[in-house]
Amino acid sequence: MSEVFVTALLELADDHLVLGHRLSEWCGHAPMLEEDLALPNMALDLIGAARGLYAYAGSIEGNGRGEDDLAYLRGEREYLNCLLVERENGDFAQTMLRQLYFAGFMEPYWQAAMASRDETLRGIAAKAVKEVAYHIRHAAEWVVRLGDGTEESARHMAEAVEELHRFTDELFLSSPAAAAAEAAGLLPARAEMRGAWEATLRAVFAEARLDWPDAVWPQKGGREGAHGEGLGHLLAEMQSLHRAHPGAVW
Amino acid sequence: MSVTDLSEARAWEAAAAVPDPEIPVLTVADLGILRGVSLEGGVAVARVTPTYTGCPAVLAIELAVEAALLDAGFEARVVRVISPPWTTDWITDAGRAKLLAYGIAPPAKGGNSVRALFGETVVACPRCGSEDTEKLSEFGSTPCKAQYRCRACLEPFDHFKCI
Repeated sequence: MSEVFVTALLELADDHLVLGHRLSEWCGHAPMLEEDLALPNMALDLIGAARGLYAYAGSIEGNGRGEDDLAYLRGEREYLNCLLVERENGDFAQTMLRQLYFAGFMEPYWQAAMASRDETLRGIAAKAVKEVAYHIRHAAEWVVRLGDGTEESARHMAEAVEELHRFTDELFLSSPAAAAAEAAGLLPARAEMRGAWEATLRAVFAEARLDWPDAVWPQKGGREGAHGEGLGHLLAEMQSLHRAHPGAVW
Repeated sequence: MSVTDLSEARAWEAAAAVPDPEIPVLTVADLGILRGVSLEGGVAVARVTPTYTGCPAVLAIELAVEAALLDAGFEARVVRVISPPWTTDWITDAGRAKLLAYGIAPPAKGGNSVRALFGETVVACPRCGSEDTEKLSEFGSTPCKAQYRCRACLEPFDHFKCI
């Protein structure tokens, strides 16, 4: 059981680290000062959750791999994040919609994880569930502002839906490792989050006057390490310093 | 009181006086992030909890607590605890008064439920006391603060977020 639990924790950790890194790419480039603070703030929450999950996964694994080894020394094919979180930032509409899709999933997920059989996971979830509530609110405000804004902003928001919606299905799919951890009561069942996710998202879409896409061709593969081109670039930037100076610490 | 109790109390005092690096008017005890100090086999073990998961000050705080215990003559170890999670209700009344005097609007009490985050809350201006204030951004200069502005005295100010 411990081996599959480690894999499932890495999937969750990778989701958070990759999305946190994507958000951090906005630092110094956001359209206004408030957003330049808000996006790295959310990135800190996500990277903080990733650190806790990596450290815990490493300790269960028991081979001496710590959070730095897991984050910086695994290659692209070893990363197990879902495809949604690695999508490029695109424009502000895409960044905010990606955040809403992910946070809308994580809120019920962390809520359910507070009833996990695993004490450490319950602790991580109890902190993250409050932070993710802020992420939903922040992202939802922007999706409404842009979707129900000018003709130009509404066009960007509609394009973001067109671009990203096909990556949401993967959130509800459990890898064999995650399914085993779910069956053992260690992790919440991903498929059960769909109702809460759709309720959150549909309410925001209605307010933003966005059409809910009917038929999209779902994209998946991240949990098997089959990623888009963008993840390699992200990891190259994120890992280069550590790989250039192996073993360096602050 | 036994000798152990006395030295445990002394260890607590040493650790509790450590200031928060981001909001130095508050000590770690005011903030409620120092969960306890105990003597275990002659080693002072301090239990510290993070405010936010990704708070970059966590490591600095842990090092400062360890240094304070060493300075007070103890062998020291710091343990990070995440359960039960820290909420703003852990900030002491003294801590709230210090925040207000420092110009940061303290968090409301009883704000530690997720849904309470979505209610309308009145944040009074820490300078003039007016309740005619507006939120500029949910996110501020540190993970634990939001940015507000007072419509009465026109001063911008930080609000310690409820979590």
